[in-house]
Amino acid sequence: MNDAQTITVQVVGIEQVTPLIKHFKLAPVAGGSLPVFSGGSHIIVVMQRTDRVHKNPYSLLSSPSQLDAYEIGVRRMEESRGGSHFMHDAVKVGSRLEIAHPVNLFALDKIARKHVLIAGGIGITPFLAQLEDLHDGSVPYELHYSVRSAEHAAFLERLRRREGDKIHMYYDDAGLTIPYQELLAAQPLGTHVYVCGPAGMIKHVIGTAQTWGWPDSHIHWEQFSAPPVGDAFEVFLARSKVSVHVPPDQSLLESIEAAGVEVPYLCRGGVCGFCHTKVLELDGELVHNDHFLSEAEKAKGKSIMPCVSRAQGKRLVLDL
Amino acid sequence: MNTVFKNETFRDDFTYRNTPQAIQRFPLPFPEDSYMYSVNIEPHLPGPRGSVTEFAFDVDEHYVAECRERAIVLATEPLRYQALPHMLSSQWDCLELIMDSLARDYPAHFSLSKQGNRWHWVNRPLQIDQQFTFGDTSTLPRQPLDYITRQAQGDFVVMDQREGDLWTEAGMVTTQADWSLDFDVGMTFKEWHGPVPLAHELQVFDRALKFLLNLRLGQPVRRLNWTMTVNPRLDTSPENYPHWGTDRASVTPQNAGDRVHLRVELQGLWRLPRSNAIVFGIRCYLISLRELSTVPKWARRVHRVLKELHPALVDYKGLTRYRDAAVAWLAPFDDGSPTTPGTAPE
Repeated sequence: MNDAQTITVQVVGIEQVTPLIKHFKLAPVAGGSLPVFSGGSHIIVVMQRTDRVHKNPYSLLSSPSQLDAYEIGVRRMEESRGGSHFMHDAVKVGSRLEIAHPVNLFALDKIARKHVLIAGGIGITPFLAQLEDLHDGSVPYELHYSVRSAEHAAFLERLRRREGDKIHMYYDDAGLTIPYQELLAAQPLGTHVYVCGPAGMIKHVIGTAQTWGWPDSHIHWEQFSAPPVGDAFEVFLARSKVSVHVPPDQSLLESIEAAGVEVPYLCRGGVCGFCHTKVLELDGELVHNDHFLSEAEKAKGKSIMPCVSRAQGKRLVLDL
Repeated sequence: MNTVFKNETFRDDFTYRNTPQAIQRFPLPFPEDSYMYSVNIEPHLPGPRGSVTEFAFDVDEHYVAECRERAIVLATEPLRYQALPHMLSSQWDCLELIMDSLARDYPAHFSLSKQGNRWHWVNRPLQIDQQFTFGDTSTLPRQPLDYITRQAQGDFVVMDQREGDLWTEAGMVTTQADWSLDFDVGMTFKEWHGPVPLAHELQVFDRALKFLLNLRLGQPVRRLNWTMTVNPRLDTSPENYPHWGTDRASVTPQNAGDRVHLRVELQGLWRLPRSNAIVFGIRCYLISLRELSTVPKWARRVHRVLKELHPALVDYKGLTRYRDAAVAWLAPFDDGSPTTPGTAPE
């Protein structure tokens, strides 16, 4: 799917909530309500820069029942290719942006008997919306939130006000870390664990849960990879008969789009698998950065997720 | 829209008929002279004015009679409606989708006004006037999905999405082609479609599932499916097989034109916003071979499709006993001349 149906929104509020995170409120320019969504959903924000277009996924952190404006949190990435810097530096109250309808790739399991939510840093955002869906109290839950230090604890006041003692805070600078072993070794049958945060944290939670015998179906995680910077390379699109140059700080998907070729996509973060593309010829190697393809598929080199992955070498031909 | 709702039956004396206008808009599922499975999914965008896809949900001349037929089935078989406890938010999603669509598309027949969560629903053809609180089941006479699908044509199945699969966990199914919600409730997508021949080998369900898991809010899709039914009977359920199974033995080359009906399902799929579930609407259209034969192109095409149909599909669709009689009845309408591409009458 492509941007057949984007919604034009206006930035109606910006708050610097930590030294690295800004909180944006986006209201529909046309007035009225934005689409209803479910906790864990994200939107794609389209950022029109003068020289290029960024389309980045951000989790919705506002309540699913609050439809006059969506809220997102944007962390300034140190090695940004420009998307988060654009949001932090160029977007002001009154700026207009295009967004796509919400998509949920990180939904709460509706038959879980308990939810354990684990957040690291900016990874707190999808949980803020999910917690709204948990407030009826029918299913027990707990939230474990790890941050570098108190000043980096985004949205903590909001959480404390609403969640009280269901939040467990861990501050790196105080030497506090989430007790993953204890937490995952002793949960009632039917518990689901959800993790959103840095790659290392996600890997650790998945590994620990698997060690303790958790079924994969009860382990949920979401991490939107920003497309990493890499070497420039050339790609030839076989069906479109177009040669495209991919500069170091632009993703393969963005470069293909800039050349006027449409690729179906959903998350643009290497999660959903929608932009899965066949590799027809390769002289060099693929740099897989997605979370969708299995290790075996990555090793085969027959397919690529152009939203986050790249190539190194002399020649790449894609079935596009 | 000044539809006249017909007073007709889908059982006993079978008075169901299509007017000439209804025949012209019938959704023929055969774009060419032969048929095999495909993942024939397309965006559910508004079709031409007057067509069955003009609106999200088609309300036609059979609306009142079909709602009455549904009530008859439910009176003796309440398990035709089921919803597992975790599907409540998806029930409200469905109610909202159907009410919003009908009120927007058929303002002469339906209206909906909202003051926050205080909703007022008026269904004029069925003479219903209901005030209720959205989200509060105690303010409706029935569960939300039960309530609204008693006022809609076609079956509805709601699938929860989890573990990379779709689970059949709520629905209203009274106009089905020989399958049972009571039997299938709780199944995964491939379990539910287990009995379909050939399609698994063609990986149709792998691709369909992958596609549906990524179905987007605000971008519904549709497809057509088909089978055949003897007599214009909506409720061809396994539960009632003794009542209709023997009808198949009653078809002769002489009576096939009136007895044998092409049964087409307009299937629509919508992502639901609060629950992240998917609702699968299965709207059934029936047309007798005699009504069909009033369109010369369709008579030629259906004759050819039935004649050449793969044996496994003849068996699965339950046509074994009467396919030859139907082909024989249609044969005089097929002079061998070519048909134009597409499904339009001519």
